[in-house]
Amino acid sequence: MALFEYLSMAFSSIRANKMRSLLTMLGIIIGIAAVIAIETVGGSLSGSVSDSMSGMGVNSITVSLTQKDSDTATVGGGRTRLFMNSSPDEDDLITQGMIDEYLQAFPDRVDHVELSRTVGQGTIEKAGDPQTTITANVSGANHDALAAKEEDTPILSGRWLDDERDAGRRVCVVSEKFVEQAVGGSVRDAVGQRITLTINRMPYDFYITGVYAYVEDSYSTFMGASDDDSIQTNVYIPLDTAAQISGASSGYQSITAVTTAGTDMTSFVDTTGNFFASYYTRNDTWTASASSLSTLVETMTELLDTVSLAIAAIAAISLLVGGIGVMNIMTVSVTERTREIGTRKALGATNAAIRTQFIVEAIVLCLIGGAIGVVLGVTLGAALSNLLGYAARPSVEAIVIAVTFSMGIGVFFGYYPANKAARLDPIDALRYE
Amino acid sequence: MPQDSTAFAREVARTIGAESEPLIRMQGIRKSYYIGQPNELEILHGIDLTVYPGEFVAIVGESGSGKSTLMNVMGVLDRPTAGNYTLDGVDIHTAKENELAAIRNSKIGFVFQTYNLIGRQSALKNVELPMLYAGVPAAERTARAQQWLERVGMGNRMRHRPNELSGGQKQRVAIARAMVNDPALILADEPTGALDSETSRVVMDLFHEMHEKYHKTIVLITHNRTLADECQRVLTLHDGRIVDERKGGGIRGTL
Repeated sequence: MALFEYLSMAFSSIRANKMRSLLTMLGIIIGIAAVIAIETVGGSLSGSVSDSMSGMGVNSITVSLTQKDSDTATVGGGRTRLFMNSSPDEDDLITQGMIDEYLQAFPDRVDHVELSRTVGQGTIEKAGDPQTTITANVSGANHDALAAKEEDTPILSGRWLDDERDAGRRVCVVSEKFVEQAVGGSVRDAVGQRITLTINRMPYDFYITGVYAYVEDSYSTFMGASDDDSIQTNVYIPLDTAAQISGASSGYQSITAVTTAGTDMTSFVDTTGNFFASYYTRNDTWTASASSLSTLVETMTELLDTVSLAIAAIAAISLLVGGIGVMNIMTVSVTERTREIGTRKALGATNAAIRTQFIVEAIVLCLIGGAIGVVLGVTLGAALSNLLGYAARPSVEAIVIAVTFSMGIGVFFGYYPANKAARLDPIDALRYE
Repeated sequence: MPQDSTAFAREVARTIGAESEPLIRMQGIRKSYYIGQPNELEILHGIDLTVYPGEFVAIVGESGSGKSTLMNVMGVLDRPTAGNYTLDGVDIHTAKENELAAIRNSKIGFVFQTYNLIGRQSALKNVELPMLYAGVPAAERTARAQQWLERVGMGNRMRHRPNELSGGQKQRVAIARAMVNDPALILADEPTGALDSETSRVVMDLFHEMHEKYHKTIVLITHNRTLADECQRVLTLHDGRIVDERKGGGIRGTL
């Protein structure tokens, strides 16, 4: 007997019990839809995260201080703001001397080093509304660090900070958003204006030397949705000015080394990490570790994958329950159709033919459920992704796995009832009332 | 060559039409249930029965006489506990499960009291069923099923489902289904048991037609003696033994 015949039998049987078949499929539908929806949203998230991050510099290595025996250290990578709570002592910081030695050690691999120094949150009165304050991140940066930002957030007016000319001066570069919120007036007029930033409850006056384009990056939106009062904007000041304000005279919590083109990042990240860590072998609490954005993207994607996998595993349980539902209804169906089975056997059906008939029926039931689930899941996932503001990326992989899995459920949970049907004694089956 | 001479003798006999090989040969058929248990029960106590091709035989007996058990054994739905059974030259004793299914499929056409049509399928699909298990291609299946439905007078109701048919119509569909694989034996178990006398007449006439026109061997199991008398040979079963064997009148009554 051809497979087509079994399929046609299965469809006729499912059609004969539409309502019951649909209810049976429901478990499979919900399970598959949940898995697909989660995979779609997860894929969209990790997709846009890696998209937005991979454009940010693939050849930069961040060296940062990390606490020894600290879990957060590896997760945080180079993002200094995660270390605001624990502050290393003056002696622990990465010194200019280390950086110079590093530059000397790898002259053909390191192009330049971008330096920045976190000062902290600075508050300023909102333009035209003195009652409200606006918070911005204040950090010191050298010219190389700022020049690297030129590609994404080009300077609109004025200039970036200059290492020698601006050394020790109270000058700053702000974003157009900052101008709009805190200064008022046009971007062009803002250059040269004096602003007062309150940092650690102390007011400091700064002259604006430049205004750069503000781009809201999806990464920061995702990591911590910015409410209107604390705009995710950075105010850059000269490095030694930053050192004065924050009270640290020299040294950095983190530096960014930009490698020359063609450097093997994977190995050089390790080399860099080991180079700086060697200064900290005798330090009890701190060490330096290197990471690159590419490794950070990997970590992020891995994290998201783990989360979606965990949720998918929970959804898989509903698939299991759905499968048990299929087994249940197939068992009922076999009992109901005992006479039919007896008749088929009397007409010459072999045990294998009966078994195949019921397994195919279970598979078709699951596959229809799976197909409905996939459509529902993709729709739901796309809707959720759009709601979160990401392009929907339905995972073809997940769809293939889901369909295969639902077929597997059909085989697995269909086998027992089908075997029961196949082993019925034709006489008993024919006499069954 | 002693064995060859026997075969030769048979061959000669067949050629001249003097004697043909029996279709059914049962020798000392016994059937017991609950074997080895205290409540062991023997239903058939040694049945000897021979049916030749082209015969129309009736087996009558009261309920509990072992009719159904005999029919199950004869229809290869069940194996005898003891004895030999050869159907159309095939020894049932040595046949495997799948071979029994193939025998039922190709050599036997069943007609049941309760029709046993598959409810959600059309008359046509029901008649196609035995051919489905025989591996007949779809186009031929449909053609043959249509042909047989027309022959039993159901040509205008081929797309109807069983629940849209009367009892007599259902039994006609069942007869078409029994005939469609051109079996050697039609085994009918109380085929008119659920029908009124008028419809029973129609169904019985159909059996006579299958016998006379298509030369089918038919074994009819019934408790209705009037019906049995229409057949060529009537066997009476009582307490698991054949107690009487006589020629039937061959005259169709009015029931």
